[in-house]
Amino acid sequence: MLYSEKVMDHFQNPRNVGKMDDADGIGEVGNAKCGDIMKMYIKVNDGIITDVKFNTFGCGSAIASSSMATEMIKGKPIDEALEITNKAVVEALDGLPAQKIHCSVLAEEAIKAAIEDYYSKHGKE
Amino acid sequence: MKIYADNAATTKMSKTARDAMVQCMDEYYGNPSSLYTIGQLAASKLLEAREEIAGCINADPKGIYFTSGGSEADNQAIISAAEFGRKKNKMHIISTAFEHHAVLHTLMKLERSGFEVTYLDVHENGVVTPEEVEAAIREDTILVTVMYANNEIGTIQPIKEIGAVCKKHGVWFHTDAVQAAGHVKIDVADQNIDMLSISAHKFHGPKGTGVLYARAGIPLTNLIEGGAQEKGKRAGTENLPAIVSMAAALSEACAGMKDAAEKVTALRERLISGLQKIPHSRLNGDRQNRLPGTVNFCFEGIEGESLLLLLDARGISASSGSACTSGSLDPSHVLLSLGLPHEVAHGSLRLSINESNTEEEMDYIVKSVSEVVEYLRDMSPVWEDLIKGRKQFYFE
Repeated sequence: MLYSEKVMDHFQNPRNVGKMDDADGIGEVGNAKCGDIMKMYIKVNDGIITDVKFNTFGCGSAIASSSMATEMIKGKPIDEALEITNKAVVEALDGLPAQKIHCSVLAEEAIKAAIEDYYSKHGKE
Repeated sequence: MKIYADNAATTKMSKTARDAMVQCMDEYYGNPSSLYTIGQLAASKLLEAREEIAGCINADPKGIYFTSGGSEADNQAIISAAEFGRKKNKMHIISTAFEHHAVLHTLMKLERSGFEVTYLDVHENGVVTPEEVEAAIREDTILVTVMYANNEIGTIQPIKEIGAVCKKHGVWFHTDAVQAAGHVKIDVADQNIDMLSISAHKFHGPKGTGVLYARAGIPLTNLIEGGAQEKGKRAGTENLPAIVSMAAALSEACAGMKDAAEKVTALRERLISGLQKIPHSRLNGDRQNRLPGTVNFCFEGIEGESLLLLLDARGISASSGSACTSGSLDPSHVLLSLGLPHEVAHGSLRLSINESNTEEEMDYIVKSVSEVVEYLRDMSPVWEDLIKGRKQFYFE
């Protein structure tokens, strides 16, 4: 199998999939030409990411990386979420094939983009 | 339900092909080059297979060269023409933008060594016209190589007419008939074909064996040097069990071709009309000029790899021209050659069926694809942009 069991699980049963109407921050990264777009929505309360949702256009590993990234930041303080690297996403998924590493990079970028959007709307406290 | 719908990738061996192979391994184990009886028995089986295959494509058995498959046959055909062309100072080749990589990569290698290649447009419908082939022919053209039927979208090219144009201008004509052999009628004499490639595993024969047909008078260049097998043009002890099995498979396919084509075409039409009901989708390639069993669709707003993995979870084996299956970020060169934008080409699905499939299976595929496409669209930011009018739909 191309993917680990963890990847297949997150791909087939993605966590936190959906949109959020009252998001405090929204980040969209990637481009459709290359075949991957991730959109992440976050809800922030007292510096804690209390809720997170994602929408992804992309392959199995892009969907799995998005799902894993949302699990990793949910309930975390913003500072901690900003420290999550693509490598951490890959490790949490028990690895990704070499040609799919860019999906984990997108996941890291989506988190950062959502937080940046939150900062731009609400200011850094 | 388990449905294998990727027959363009490979097929399951038929019982006839399997039995022929096993019998050959048990009874004709000699080396066809050996002079004693056991060897000569093997040599006679080899000759029978050669004659049988030649009969299926109306060729002279002397023009049948056994290879390791379609890729080797494509390589040898093109390189042979190029070697001859180089001697005659004819270093121009005509092909199309959507050939198999066995052809394209060979052509690119020749371009790096001084050849010039014209890649003809295949238009939105995936069909080359003989007029465009003729217009591209120059004084220094040595070869035209155009595939018989495309492996991803299944469109069939006007082979006989292209062959006639080549004949008129004294240019060699090669066709990669890997997807066509055993599925549609091939007649190398009537269709003016000088060289043709075949692969056994696309018509229920074994993997790793194929044929290069080259008419008398075409000087072949060896890719493999060594013994005097295949008239000295392809060294190595012949893979007799596979060759005998391939001949049995091709004979069986050609004998049942009319009935199979009728049945598979009806199944294909059922599949197409079901899938066309999915909004913002399109059948890729000409509606009429296509292989009986190949269907290729694009669905806007989704990516093909996730579609095919979710279909696999429902028991359906299919394939996609999405970038993710190739390791590059670009989607299939075939879909791009039809003029589809990258983001649309990413959402492709190829289903290739055969005569053992049923109507019930087609209905199950349509239902599964419809549901999975809807599910993926629901989580796709691209789809959201499309339905909210922030992006334009490409298909109605």
